[in-house]
Amino acid sequence: MDLIEFPSLGRRDLRDLRLGVDGAFKDFTRAYGETLESIFEPLKTFLVFLEDLLITSPWPLVLLVLVGIVFLMSRSRTIAIGSLIALCLIGFFGMWEDTMRTVAMVAVCTMVAVVFGIPIGILMARSDRAQALINPVLDLMQTMPSFVYLIPVVMIFGLGKVPGVIAVVIYAIPPMIRLTNLGIRLVDQDVLEAADAFGSSGWQKLRNVQLPLALPTIMAGINQCIMMSLSMVVVASMIGVKGLGQPVLQAINNQYFTMGVMNGLAIVAIAIIFDRATQAYGRRLQKHSEVVHG
Amino acid sequence: MVEATGIEIRNLYKIFGPNGAEMVEKVKAGMSKTELNDDYNHVLGLNDINISMPGGKIQVVMGLSGSGKSTLIRHINRLIDPTAGEVLYGDDDVCQMSIRQLRDFRRHKTAMVFQKFALLPHRTVMQNAVYGLEIQGVDQKEAAERASRWIARVGLEGFEDNYPNQLSGGMQQRVGLARALTNDADILLMDEAFSALDPLIRMDMQSVLLDLQEELHKTIVFITHDLDEALRLGDRIAILRDGAVVQQGTGQDIVLNPADEYISSFVKEVNRSRVILVDTVMAAGQKLEGGLSIPKGVLLEEAAKRFADSGEGVANIVDASGNPIGVLNVQDTMRAMVTPAEH
Ligand SMILES: Nc1ncnc2c1ncn2[C@@H]1O[C@H](COP(=O)(O)OP(=O)(O)OP(=O)(O)O)[C@@H](O)[C@H]1O
Ligand SMILES: [Mg+2]
Repeated sequence: MDLIEFPSLGRRDLRDLRLGVDGAFKDFTRAYGETLESIFEPLKTFLVFLEDLLITSPWPLVLLVLVGIVFLMSRSRTIAIGSLIALCLIGFFGMWEDTMRTVAMVAVCTMVAVVFGIPIGILMARSDRAQALINPVLDLMQTMPSFVYLIPVVMIFGLGKVPGVIAVVIYAIPPMIRLTNLGIRLVDQDVLEAADAFGSSGWQKLRNVQLPLALPTIMAGINQCIMMSLSMVVVASMIGVKGLGQPVLQAINNQYFTMGVMNGLAIVAIAIIFDRATQAYGRRLQKHSEVVHG
Repeated sequence: MVEATGIEIRNLYKIFGPNGAEMVEKVKAGMSKTELNDDYNHVLGLNDINISMPGGKIQVVMGLSGSGKSTLIRHINRLIDPTAGEVLYGDDDVCQMSIRQLRDFRRHKTAMVFQKFALLPHRTVMQNAVYGLEIQGVDQKEAAERASRWIARVGLEGFEDNYPNQLSGGMQQRVGLARALTNDADILLMDEAFSALDPLIRMDMQSVLLDLQEELHKTIVFITHDLDEALRLGDRIAILRDGAVVQQGTGQDIVLNPADEYISSFVKEVNRSRVILVDTVMAAGQKLEGGLSIPKGVLLEEAAKRFADSGEGVANIVDASGNPIGVLNVQDTMRAMVTPAEH
């Protein structure tokens, strides 16, 4: 027996297998592609609306609103002023429109991740079986190279915003789910016992005790989710998502060093703004649980 | 006022571990806590507990650390499920209640103060205090009114909007107390509810509890490992060791007739003049003409004070309508105050 060569399926068998699976998937796409697309239509409409709003509104107004949101979340003048300067520089260097597209994209992706991630995280926290089932899926989502799941997504939806959102959400939702689960599981048993002793129902316990106490951890999940969405913008630009990713991609293809660096820095700037604002917000939420007297 | 319902605990066993149900048989056959732990890796939490807690009275449960006090009190509102046995409230077995019945029972019949406070850290003192009422669906405004009365009563007026982590340990414990009292339930479960308080506030809280009891006659289960506190508060006292009841009775019973070495060591240091009643020491059936009279049910301490004030050496003990029922003299009073029970 040949011990050097690993015994494998014949070349012909392998090809048949591939063709078979691909063929079946293509049939599936043809049969259900439009239905799936129509399901995601509202998402697309919303994304387009948000993008238009950010791009077509007068820039001083947009700037004011963005900095205002940052200030309300962080309650920190330093962070607000930093964001103001960063956004002004971005505008000055001609990246305003692309930045707004990226901000809209990240905002929508984060919203989708929150809407799906928190309930899934709650489910995981409530049932060990659900946790055992969902965890490997999350591992898969986090380690599978994103290019691989881009293929079926593009096959179904073609190029554009929707496949972009789906790809980004697949990549960015796992920390949202994991940290929601973790946050709820870490809630002090004594406090839960007290809630039980007063006759709380499962829902009352979740709403009055578990979610509020898990909130700082959930905020960390949202923060992670935003960061990961941002790191996906370049990859997403490969399937036609407009924004700061596209000029970077162009720069790679054409070896435009300055263009690459400028857009890259803009992504970094937005990431820092988002990060500081959400972290400061998370810290404020945590304030009440810091020092506990014995 | 309707007579408050008591709690009957019958043949209650709790064994921590995966095969508790099987181990019960071994424990019934006489296996000790240590053996069970070493040979089978199960922890004997409670061992054949039988206590009948009278309605409208304060039942104290005492015992050293790890004797199973917290485990026992948690069975009354079934925060812990028993391995075997019954916990009866009136005709209902708490252990047989459905989830919904249990929830209603906890909402409307019980309130609990926790050894480790267990306050909701994200809620203010006021929001913590109204928690039970909120769960019951009581109107917010009314809940706040009722809560602020109790917050004031435990001495936390002005701290309504503070968060638990801004308060000292003793203050946090009083928030727990206010939270339970606000619930206004028939059964009050208090797991070392005063242990984190300084002596002055502790005395004060004991008085609050006694006043409350005078008015409302709740069924209170009070855990402590302070004998003086037990004697002051308890209408009845049960003493636990290694998960089993070693003695139960009134404070006087326990101080006068400690069941064994363990309990004698407990009661040795106690101030007997604050436990023993004149009725116990008097020579019953006798009667003096004239002289000092002392009402029955008075503590020896009070009697001694009256002897000292009046300069008399003997007194009639009289019942509520003033009829003499016995005679007490100074010597007997003194002797009863200083003689510990032999063992
Ligand atoms: N969940 C559990 N699993 C295993 N053993 C437990 C558990 N809870 C309590 N025990 C054991 O049961 C026994 C009684 O514990 P419990 O907390 O009732 O003691 P306690 O009398 O309240 O003590 P303390 O005065 O220190 O509060 C201890 O030996 C403890 O180790
Ligand atoms: Mg305890």
